[in-house]
Amino acid sequence: MTPLHLTHFTAASCLGHGLAATLAALRAQQSGLAPCAFETMTDLETYIGEVAGLDSTALPASLADYECRNNRLAWLGLQQDGFSDAVGAVVARYGRRRVGVLLGTSTSGILETEQAFRHRDPASGALPDDFHYRTTHNTYSVADFVRTAFKLEGPAVVVSTACSSSAKVFASAARMIAAGVIDAAIVGGVDSLCLTTLYGFNSLELLSPGPCRPYDVDRNGLSIGEAAAFILLERPADNLDANAVLLLGAGESSDAHHMSSPHPEGLGARMAMAAALKAAGLQPADIDYINLHGTATPSNDAAEGRAVAAVFGNTVPCSSTKGATGHTLGAAGGVEAVISALALQHGFLPGGVNTRCVDPDIPVQYLTANREAAPRRVLSNSFGFGGTNCSLILGRAA
Amino acid sequence: MSQDVKLAAYLDGIGLVGPGLDNWLAARPILAGAVPYESRPLAVAAPQSLPPAERRRTGVAIKVALAVGQEACANGQLDARQLAAVFSSSGADNDNCDAICKVLASDDRSISPTRFHNSVHNAPAGYWGIASGAMTPATVLCAHDGSFGAGLLEAMTQVAIDRCGTLLIAYDMPYPEPLHAKRPLPAAFGIALALMPERSAQSLARIELSLVGAESAALAEPELEALRRAIPAARGLPLLQAVARGEGGRLVLDYLAPLSLAVAIEPCR
Repeated sequence: MTPLHLTHFTAASCLGHGLAATLAALRAQQSGLAPCAFETMTDLETYIGEVAGLDSTALPASLADYECRNNRLAWLGLQQDGFSDAVGAVVARYGRRRVGVLLGTSTSGILETEQAFRHRDPASGALPDDFHYRTTHNTYSVADFVRTAFKLEGPAVVVSTACSSSAKVFASAARMIAAGVIDAAIVGGVDSLCLTTLYGFNSLELLSPGPCRPYDVDRNGLSIGEAAAFILLERPADNLDANAVLLLGAGESSDAHHMSSPHPEGLGARMAMAAALKAAGLQPADIDYINLHGTATPSNDAAEGRAVAAVFGNTVPCSSTKGATGHTLGAAGGVEAVISALALQHGFLPGGVNTRCVDPDIPVQYLTANREAAPRRVLSNSFGFGGTNCSLILGRAA
Repeated sequence: MSQDVKLAAYLDGIGLVGPGLDNWLAARPILAGAVPYESRPLAVAAPQSLPPAERRRTGVAIKVALAVGQEACANGQLDARQLAAVFSSSGADNDNCDAICKVLASDDRSISPTRFHNSVHNAPAGYWGIASGAMTPATVLCAHDGSFGAGLLEAMTQVAIDRCGTLLIAYDMPYPEPLHAKRPLPAAFGIALALMPERSAQSLARIELSLVGAESAALAEPELEALRRAIPAARGLPLLQAVARGEGGRLVLDYLAPLSLAVAIEPCR
């Protein structure tokens, strides 16, 4: 594929608001996970990665119908790191119809609906009058919110493939730009805490009672987080700064195996990584760091580790940053693309936190401490329920 | 870059399920105007190609999505394992969403594992992979009322850029109350289009897509027009009607205001 420039990007997670806070937390190997006391939840023994200050984030009056936790998180993200100004400049350059919005989410504003169901009319069973389905619950809500907030008139869509959603938006946006349908794209993902995911993963017995420990021999499940990540993709200018980060390749595949368990040998994951390498015109030896999907469930890490070993052997340093951020589900691909971009720009490989003893049965070079390095190309994995896989390759311009 | 980019593909197979529209072959004379349209509740079964455990776990949304996908592949004599897939729906499994919200609002919030894994918007894509064995890329989209247009645009872009056959599966189903009052979708409905980069003996038509500012046109038959307006997946009906009639020409499908999708159609037979 023709490389695209990540001209601006930002992220908000439990590590903090914006790039500086995220980078500082990664540099200090901090985790943002804390015991779960979300909403009315007092009955689940697990840790979560909650974004600070979301309850007090206010949407502009003109966007009041979009009011829900997921869109507040989106709004918070858009205000960081000069992202809104950058979008304004891109719209001025290309026009409102030539800037696409492609965002990932898994649960959108479902928390509003969960709460509205508690307030059904006792006689009729009707939902409250102030519940707005289209602008909160509907899966498209966050892309509609961003398109409306920037007064855009171009293509927009939500990709909702569970935990690969905000990785796959890069692939779709790259195709649209290559086809000439748009000139620039706002991509990324927003997913926020809700009861469906917390009780749902609990029902599958996939929640860790403590902070998650990816690739640990004693890993026992995931920690759910929430995050917003936004990235502006454009065709690269002729004279890029050496520090510029490019999307070099994307690879997608399906497991065709099981709804909630990965292919045991990681066959789909292997195909996605191989497809990303092929799209980028690179060999496995060209990759300097792998940001793993690494959810810390026993089966995910074992399958992914086998797949990574099959493609790369054990020579490429890798880690999961979910011990720091939690698993931010439909936002994970976007957040981890931003973390990968920070690693490329600031010359370090983030060590996975919480992991005490790396599983000796997973034959990969797992980092538990930060490493000073000068990575030039990074691969990031995102896999999800339904057997959906996506791998991205980001690289420095020079 | 040009403002009037055109994306082209050959339409090799069609699948259709809706009230009074049992499948594409049965619906063809109805859409062509040779047989009157009669609305009746739709019945659709889970495919036999799913293992029994998975078949038991499928609701209406998954059944509709898989039925139209399989019909499009069969009519186009295509192997699903060779096709990329684009799923697009305004809401996915809406019965399942209602059931989860009811449990979460009760005193016992224990939702079932099957309910949870069926709650993801890409559940039909997951079952499609299991049923068909396709390990090819599958993406899953939502654009509310513009979901059919968003799916068609993504599928046509994939054909144009990746030069691979791509199966679009657009589907919707109603919510039960109380969500039905907030999002009134009257019936389940699905359309599948097998879109190919090269012409084959099965090609029904060549289609060419562009983004325009024009308004979409209504269907002449009032009951079909009511379906088109009420169900996002049914916004693709004018394209199917043109193919059923063997008509060439240009029509406009709904997408996201102020954009619509202009589709130029050239019949291949």
